[in-house]
Amino acid sequence: MPKTAIREGDVRIPSGCAIAGIMDRSGVRHDGGDILRSIELMHDRSNGLGGGFAAYGIYPEYRELYAFHVMYETHEARVATEAYLDVYFMSEKQERIPTEPVPSIKNPPDVWRYFVAPHPMRMNMSGLDESEYVMRHVFHINSQIEGAFVASSGKDMGAFKGVGYPEDIGEFYRIGDYRAWAWTAHGRFPTNTPGWWGGAHPFTLLNWSVVHNGEISSYDANRRYVEQFGYDCELQTDTEVITYLFDLLCRRHGLSQELAARIMTAPSWDEIDRMPPDRAKFETDLRVTYSSALVNGPFSVILGSEEGLLAINDRLKLRALMVGEKGSMVYFASEQAAIEVVCPDAENIRPVEGGIPFVAQLDEVARRKGLAACENSPVLNPLAHEVGVQPKRREA
Amino acid sequence: MLDYALPRFKVLRDEALCVKCGVCERSCANEVHRSDGASGKFAANHVACVNCQRCVVMCPVRALAIANWPQVDCGSTNWTLGYMQDIAKQSQTGGVLLASMGSTQPLPIYWDHLLLNASQVTNPSIDPLREPMETRVFLGSRPSALKVNERERTVITEMPPQIKLDVPLMFSAMSFGSVSLNAQKALAMAAEKLGTFFNTGEGGLHRELERYGEHAIVQVASGRFGVDAHYLNAGAMIEIKIGQGAKPGIGGHLPGEKISGEVSRTRMIPQGTDAISPAPHHDIYSIEDLKQLIFSLKEATLYRKPVAVKIAAVHNAAAIASGMARAGADVIVVDGFRGGTGAAPKRIRDSVGIPIELALAAIDQRLRDEGIRSTVSVVAGGSIRSSADIVRAVALGADAAYIASAALIAMGCHQCQDCSRGRCNWGIATQDPRLTKRLNPEEGAERVVNLVRAWNHEIQEMMGGMGINAIDSLRGNRLMLRGVGINEKELDILGVKHAGE
Repeated sequence: MPKTAIREGDVRIPSGCAIAGIMDRSGVRHDGGDILRSIELMHDRSNGLGGGFAAYGIYPEYRELYAFHVMYETHEARVATEAYLDVYFMSEKQERIPTEPVPSIKNPPDVWRYFVAPHPMRMNMSGLDESEYVMRHVFHINSQIEGAFVASSGKDMGAFKGVGYPEDIGEFYRIGDYRAWAWTAHGRFPTNTPGWWGGAHPFTLLNWSVVHNGEISSYDANRRYVEQFGYDCELQTDTEVITYLFDLLCRRHGLSQELAARIMTAPSWDEIDRMPPDRAKFETDLRVTYSSALVNGPFSVILGSEEGLLAINDRLKLRALMVGEKGSMVYFASEQAAIEVVCPDAENIRPVEGGIPFVAQLDEVARRKGLAACENSPVLNPLAHEVGVQPKRREA
Repeated sequence: MLDYALPRFKVLRDEALCVKCGVCERSCANEVHRSDGASGKFAANHVACVNCQRCVVMCPVRALAIANWPQVDCGSTNWTLGYMQDIAKQSQTGGVLLASMGSTQPLPIYWDHLLLNASQVTNPSIDPLREPMETRVFLGSRPSALKVNERERTVITEMPPQIKLDVPLMFSAMSFGSVSLNAQKALAMAAEKLGTFFNTGEGGLHRELERYGEHAIVQVASGRFGVDAHYLNAGAMIEIKIGQGAKPGIGGHLPGEKISGEVSRTRMIPQGTDAISPAPHHDIYSIEDLKQLIFSLKEATLYRKPVAVKIAAVHNAAAIASGMARAGADVIVVDGFRGGTGAAPKRIRDSVGIPIELALAAIDQRLRDEGIRSTVSVVAGGSIRSSADIVRAVALGADAAYIASAALIAMGCHQCQDCSRGRCNWGIATQDPRLTKRLNPEEGAERVVNLVRAWNHEIQEMMGGMGINAIDSLRGNRLMLRGVGINEKELDILGVKHAGE
């Protein structure tokens, strides 16, 4: 890789990709063998300039703590980051992530993991809730400490990514040694060299992880929308902005992942015009309020979270994404063959439809959600001004 | 006193083609063409010609053309003929120079320095003939988040009122008085057919136009002409006009001779009296006063109509716009300095205000920095000439655009910039019944509808080329723009990269 290469984040790099996801809805954990074989089959969809995995359920003994996977390009970056973490977090354990030398992986960064809890006093003083506190500090490390990049920051999950073919990256990180109830994988075909490992996918934030194939034409509209709410689009990637949209709509506004996905791939006005009035009002209000969250252009996305996996395709279905099921297992892949190679007798194999999210939730989450209230309570923007709604008047 | 003023135009008549039918003479309210009777030959009073081109278009044999007066200037780039003629006029009359339509100064037009993107290889362009291509826009304020019941699929948050546009443009304010009733009627009919809105301007809503109320924006300006509760409730949206791009900072003056019976009834002022719009609203001397007016109007309409506030693009437009949003404006309208007018002091028209492109970019960015852009709508107007300008405006951050001059040109206006004298040969900027009857509202509406449909097709093609199938995804999408031939500071304010970057 040329030393002078422009890094992801300095420039926007269009990419094509392969994506895959495997999940056991019952919550039973499986090793990384299957996801590795699934993504390896789609070798030709990537070009050796990016690959990675996200895994949920890999750190059950630390499930209460945030697991930070941090990539360091220099020793100084590690010293600065650890000093920073020491101030704002309390670390239960920290160690080098075990890796395996792989001939094709050249010049890898030093990769560490930290199991941390927010410093309680500092968090209280910040006035932020826990997720927001963690997010702000992750943003700080990524943007302010040169040569350090937080690859993942969720609980009981982690991202393993780098520059190389995904199967080589998987071998490098020894992902066969981890056991997870959900796996996603990404093989990247960037048009330009991303320059560093931080630009590889999946992109993650808190418990979110996103693998994505496509190039969204609404990127700048979406970026400028989320930047209003404190999200910092450092990497200039689609994956990053899609993650922030989910974080805004689900974590801050309290909407379900399915509804968030629906907002991002909203029904067409033609469709809404044909709906009964009540339903049309619901969809219109959502489209009007969240018009800048509409994602346009070709994309297929697998979103990972503590709830499970969710797959969406753009409204016009301009990117391939297949889904198959077998018992409690759900398989997603850009190509059908990548499902069949790990589950030859998968059932209900079909494309994920354009604009209709496919939701695979943990059984336990689905049960809990079925009983929970179905109204959200959004955290409102404190800067919002008065809007023109008639004030409630007291009865005379 | 000897009149120093030179003719501006020279009427050229091809005597070999002329059949002496006299149409030119009958066409011209300025009495430029005169038959000498005996020979049947026509002579021209060049000094009266304003270059409205009515006679050129009407001449059945195409024997007429208008040229610039061939007088050379003194050779100075400072003392151009134009400035010398202005001095000649003012030294004779002692008056303020009046002008109409938009600025004629050769100042930068940033639209022409912004180029659009298209998809190649890494993502597909979308063919609007095969796929849905959405240009529908809603204007109004909206909450930053919704409270919903997902199981019942209902929205619990009370939504502020919105207006729905099927095309991303509306017709901006032109009052009855400054334009003819036929011109307003044509725009009202076109707005209805297109699923968009016309704006009454500050001249009230003529009773014949009340049936187009669902497509009307009723304006409240400093003169408050024609404003009462019935008027406010008759339209779909209310617009408070603080300023206008062509004449920021000053009011208006419609002379008594233009206040005919109909205009007087519609404006609710006595016939023959001057209609004076003060420079400021005398109940708005600050931002907190604006808030009171906004909420009085909302009270008067039971919070059922969005309230827009229109300002001229001036130096501090971004901060003002943010204040307007915080004062409760649902729609922020900004009008650039190249925007047209029925009458404005020439020095004001040509020297006050800033380009819409820079003002729009600054306003959109400021509202985002404040975290409130997605809770209000922004409309840009003043110099939109084509569908590509609208695409550029939306990509810079507008929800929709206002057009006026373009719609008038569709109806016959030739931009002679002589509206203020009320002798519009095209029946647009006049109240003279002999002239207004030249504009058939049905035909005018048809031309405007054709124009807007053509533009909308073009907008869809451009969006499709970018791989975008809903205009929501174009709004503020500045990566779709690249600058050419402008400097770093201009790029910085516009928030776009230079071509090649």
